[in-house]
Amino acid sequence: MAVQTSALPSTRAGTRPSRKQRPRSDWRIALAFLVPAAIGLVVFYIWPALRGLYFSFTTYQVLTPPEWVGGENYSRMFDDPLFWNALWVTAYYVLLNIGIQTLVAIAIAVLLHRLTRSTVIRGIALLPYFVANVIIALVWFFMLDFQIGIVNVALDTIGLDRMAFFGDPALAIPTIALINVWRHMGYTALLLFAGMQMINPQLYEAARVDGASELRQFFSLTLPLLRPVLAMVLIVTITGSFQVFDTVAVTTGGGPANATRVLNMYIYDLAWGQLDFGYASALAVALFVLLFTIAFVQLRLMRAGESDEN
Amino acid sequence: MATTTALPGSGVDTSAGPRPRGPRPGRVVAWICLVLILLVTLVPFYWMLRTAFSTNGVLSAEPGNLLPAGFTLDAFRRVFGLTTLEENLAQGGAGSALNFWVYLRNSVVVSTLITVGQITFSAMAAYAFSRLVWRGRNAVFALFLSALMVPGIFTAIPNFVLVKELGLLNTYAGIVLPTFFMTPFAIFFLRQFFLGIPREIEEAALIDGAGRARVFARIIVPMSSAPIMTLAVLTYIAAWNEYLWPLLVGQADNVRVLTVALGIFRSQTPNGTPDWSGLMAGTLVSALPIIVLFCVLGRRIVNSIGFSGIK
Repeated sequence: MAVQTSALPSTRAGTRPSRKQRPRSDWRIALAFLVPAAIGLVVFYIWPALRGLYFSFTTYQVLTPPEWVGGENYSRMFDDPLFWNALWVTAYYVLLNIGIQTLVAIAIAVLLHRLTRSTVIRGIALLPYFVANVIIALVWFFMLDFQIGIVNVALDTIGLDRMAFFGDPALAIPTIALINVWRHMGYTALLLFAGMQMINPQLYEAARVDGASELRQFFSLTLPLLRPVLAMVLIVTITGSFQVFDTVAVTTGGGPANATRVLNMYIYDLAWGQLDFGYASALAVALFVLLFTIAFVQLRLMRAGESDEN
Repeated sequence: MATTTALPGSGVDTSAGPRPRGPRPGRVVAWICLVLILLVTLVPFYWMLRTAFSTNGVLSAEPGNLLPAGFTLDAFRRVFGLTTLEENLAQGGAGSALNFWVYLRNSVVVSTLITVGQITFSAMAAYAFSRLVWRGRNAVFALFLSALMVPGIFTAIPNFVLVKELGLLNTYAGIVLPTFFMTPFAIFFLRQFFLGIPREIEEAALIDGAGRARVFARIIVPMSSAPIMTLAVLTYIAAWNEYLWPLLVGQADNVRVLTVALGIFRSQTPNGTPDWSGLMAGTLVSALPIIVLFCVLGRRIVNSIGFSGIK
């Protein structure tokens, strides 16, 4: 505040009150306003990130201090079939989850865009996104139960075989992927819908005058103009999808036979199940690098796409 | 950004979105698709409700009954701890009680603390990033934003060690601290709104002799009350739904939150099968506060979604 009072008279003395004089520095005040957030950033993001990196080069069982072992954890990672399994399972999950979710979300967004502006309908679409992963997982866990789950009862009624959705290694990941599609499709759709609303309606008017069909309008107008938004949404959903944990943890816990042991689940098991914090940290670093690379590549692709159009 | 302007009211939408006129067969098909999708969205919620009012024994006998199988409130009585252990077991429940009220209290305490702290401190930071002029502002802001990229499990390991070293395992502080001071998203979200407030208002107050703190508390915050409320609701819901972190640091009964308790409840399998109706009653009651909050403030949240897409 002292800065403020001393700064004011000089502003008046200059009689040119605006633009030129504004670059006064508020850095002391800014510092005061930033202190709590900076504590949060340094103590709970930056310091742990550096520390996690350090842990990844150690053997660390929590009870005894970390012991430096160099790149041992990383070489172990390359020879660890469970790591490669986790990576593969995660990639498979992301592919299914994002692929289906994006298609369904685009469909919902187009339907909303062309049919209605009702907030109630949008609210319903959004509802699952705001209910805890754990609750969603439990409801579907019940609905897909082999014996008394309504889905299997329905399959039985129409004369099909019951399916062990969580018990069959071939079905477990697709099942979890679809549960999360169900949870996220409305949210993703609304993000895309918001993007569609930014498209100039006159373009559609003109297209219609020219006799373009709805389908044609979608492929020639909506989709190309939506590309930047779509790219952004994809970055967010893919990096989120790679970190799936809650749904797996409360349904299969990684089983059957490691079929759903996604990266986060494996890291969790290593750290808190086997107290192998050093190795778990190395895997976490690998995940970090992976996500960073994906986001980076996607951003580059998106930029390339934009300059294409101009 | 378009939705930023849509936040305060709903009448803004009128210019957006083309609308083909007249009933055409295509539109009928499209409406059917939309209604089907909405049904698929809602059915699991109905099923949760229906099962919560069912009796476990009847449930396994008539699993396809679309109405509550053997309508009863027993499942809720079990969840709320109104039954004795013997009754519990007889109804297909677990041999231990679910301390629902304790977990509810813990969820309320944790979510409230996180929301109040995070919004207050993020708003202060957002003010520094949007309205104050200082060297290195953009670089520091970029540093804050880059924290968005860090995967949760990566910081979870060292943060767990830190909380353990501080002796805060199984305390509210341990659960709350990592998200108490800020999240990059909250700062980003508020900064966008603060940037849109006209300079003149702030400058007038400064010339009248108000300090920056006063301007922040008396002008910026009141003028942004709508986005701040929206963010508060989003933060509260996110904190309420959090699972991994409270699972790691809040295992003890006296600080265990609802999500963690439900996970444990699910893994108890008396008679070889879970207590399905009890489980659904538990999930329903745990989700209810969020669903109510969502229904009350839904419009505001829905309208802000396009904006928060950068999350």
